[in-house]
Amino acid sequence: MSQPTVEEVADAMYDLVKATHGKKNLKAMDLTKAMIEKFGDDAVDKKLCKLAIRQLIDSGRCIYSYFGGSFITLPPDEDSGG
Amino acid sequence: MSEKNRATPLLDELEKGPWPSFVKEIKKESERPMVRDLLGLLERSYEEHIGHWKHGGLVGVMGYGGGVIGRYSDLPEEFPEIAEFHTYRVNQPSAWFYTSDALRTLCDIWDRHGSGLTNMHGSTGDIIFLGSKTEALEPCFADLTEAGFDLGGSGSDVRTPSCCVGPARCEWACYDTLEACYDITQTYQDELHRPAFPYKYKFKFAGCPNDCVASIARSDMSVIGTWKDNIQIDQEQVREYAAGGTDIEAEICEMCPTGCITWNGEQLVIDNSECVKCMHCINVMPRALKPGKERGATILIGAKAPIIGGALLSSVFVPFLEMEPPYEDLKELAEAIWDFWGEYGKNRERVGEFIQRVGLGNFLEEIGLDPVPEMVAHPRTNPYIFFDEELEEDEDE
Repeated sequence: MSQPTVEEVADAMYDLVKATHGKKNLKAMDLTKAMIEKFGDDAVDKKLCKLAIRQLIDSGRCIYSYFGGSFITLPPDEDSGG
Repeated sequence: MSEKNRATPLLDELEKGPWPSFVKEIKKESERPMVRDLLGLLERSYEEHIGHWKHGGLVGVMGYGGGVIGRYSDLPEEFPEIAEFHTYRVNQPSAWFYTSDALRTLCDIWDRHGSGLTNMHGSTGDIIFLGSKTEALEPCFADLTEAGFDLGGSGSDVRTPSCCVGPARCEWACYDTLEACYDITQTYQDELHRPAFPYKYKFKFAGCPNDCVASIARSDMSVIGTWKDNIQIDQEQVREYAAGGTDIEAEICEMCPTGCITWNGEQLVIDNSECVKCMHCINVMPRALKPGKERGATILIGAKAPIIGGALLSSVFVPFLEMEPPYEDLKELAEAIWDFWGEYGKNRERVGEFIQRVGLGNFLEEIGLDPVPEMVAHPRTNPYIFFDEELEEDEDE
């Protein structure tokens, strides 16, 4: 598989956060492992995933939350369906 | 609306006596509605013997996953001014040196945006701003950054590194703790602000084995100053201590944990090969004894306070490391640990607990560190460890 861009990984991460929202809290490492599994370890590494998470957070599409540990989740307005 | 004259008989008890009282200090600000409600809620907790705070949630500032701890009261209708009462952790300067102007700036910012109550400092070392409404978080953060301050760590990230006063005021400092603390803070901004670990990771920098920041008890990575060569002795000063009433035999020689010091009334002799750097003799006779000249630090891993599970002290991983910028070896070790622990650590599992779970041998192998005798805290207590050579000999027999 060819190496995905940071944006593509961020999009895939966002889809995962959205799909699991309300069912499972995801940590940064959960997203990283999921992306390595999805794209393959020859195409995606921890460094690329770190950049993708940075983009996800800085764009405001996701935020950090704290529920007995730090997780990555959807912002409150999306949380309420708005 | 907060009640102006709410009675607080239980809290009032804590104002009695000659000692400092947090109630007394909070009451000085009781013209503020937030502070009045805070006192009311606290009185209520004392009456009912239960806390009324929930913490965590979704609050923070844009781009950061740490530095703001969401706090909510579970009695928002009764105490509306503190329905939201979030805490900021503001990254303190190395060793807590401030100008009075910097302190005024911080207080002015907090007067504008929050309750005005501070805690100088939190147990990790941060400047703590207590009590902000959600809407005030971003404006306060903007003012802090404008003034040159940044938020510290919270959640599953690198917590705000802290250090002792170091060479700024202490001649025993074996490396520049302030510089190392600042360098690590700047290098790991991402790890500090963007939580990516199983749980918190603390760095603490102590300049000598006195460990004034208690790094050995509180930090996942303790960097404790030490020396390789001999303790420096000024024999003339030793004799002056003796002449001044110090019982060197009783107070120094007999108190030495390894018994490596002798005193014949004229000369103090230290067998430095047996010295365990406990600092006792240096602490008792600071004018006569000093740490050696070949200085650096011992790196210890795995301490934690007993929030979840029991307390752990950190253990030696690197007996001696030269501590010069840019601290590449220290960073390489930290990153190797994060890589392994980050991938396999459980949620809320500190590095020390992780090492206990996976075993020190496996941990060392994964982070690429060779075992050395200094890592052994209690030799000959485990009968199940064998050297390869011994096993081979047994097989030959």
